[in-house]
Amino acid sequence: MNETLLRFVIGGVVVSAFALAGDVLRPKSFAGLLGAAPSVALASLPLTLKQHGAGYVAIEGKSMVFGAVAFLVYAYLCGQLLRRSRKPTLVVTLAALPVWFGLSFGCLFLVGGVR
Amino acid sequence: MKIRMDFASLAETRPHEYGLRFFFGGMCTALAGLIAKRYGPAVGGLFLAFPAIFPAAASLIQTHEKRRKAEIGSDGTRRGENAASLDAFGATLGCLGLIGFALCLWRFVTAMSSAGTLALTFTCWTLVAGGAYFVRRHWPRPHAR
Repeated sequence: MNETLLRFVIGGVVVSAFALAGDVLRPKSFAGLLGAAPSVALASLPLTLKQHGAGYVAIEGKSMVFGAVAFLVYAYLCGQLLRRSRKPTLVVTLAALPVWFGLSFGCLFLVGGVR
Repeated sequence: MKIRMDFASLAETRPHEYGLRFFFGGMCTALAGLIAKRYGPAVGGLFLAFPAIFPAAASLIQTHEKRRKAEIGSDGTRRGENAASLDAFGATLGCLGLIGFALCLWRFVTAMSSAGTLALTFTCWTLVAGGAYFVRRHWPRPHAR
């Protein structure tokens, strides 16, 4: 429980710090880079390394590659949909989330060798 | 357009919006840990690249643009959507950095210290994402004369 709480606090702080940097940077397209900052990974890594060791983190890193590829496709799709559709941003970005789940788990099971 | 910092924009974010980001960020990090514990590091690792606060952040950008336009009496709906779209394209380039970050983590974590790994992976993200932005910016556009 304490570990989860610690992760919550560290994650909140790191994600907020990147979001703050994204707020002050201009132009918007450059600030957008921070939307894909490795904030969750940076917040988790020190704890995971300490608890489970480098071998465990290496497995996470391999899977993270698939997650990041899925994020790339998801973000590109959101950009296109936001430009073309007239739906609210929150609706578009949430409706596209199954693309991330499908691609990341698909890559993990098909390419990553996980059964 | 030149890269710059605009600290005045910090005042546009309301206290509850800061709280919302903290909450989402904290929840996603905690959940990533719990998922890894329950289903193992292979599944847990996926969630290190989950678009955790992307929907909320993009939505806030749209809201801020709309609010800014409303203050001068015009409808900023379309402008807000365009700003959120630009943010998403920026995030697409940032994802190239995220892929580099994950590749470095995967290949080098077993050979380096904890601090060394963090420094290398973050440097990789910064260089790849920043590099992709500059290449994209200076790339000749098909319709440019």
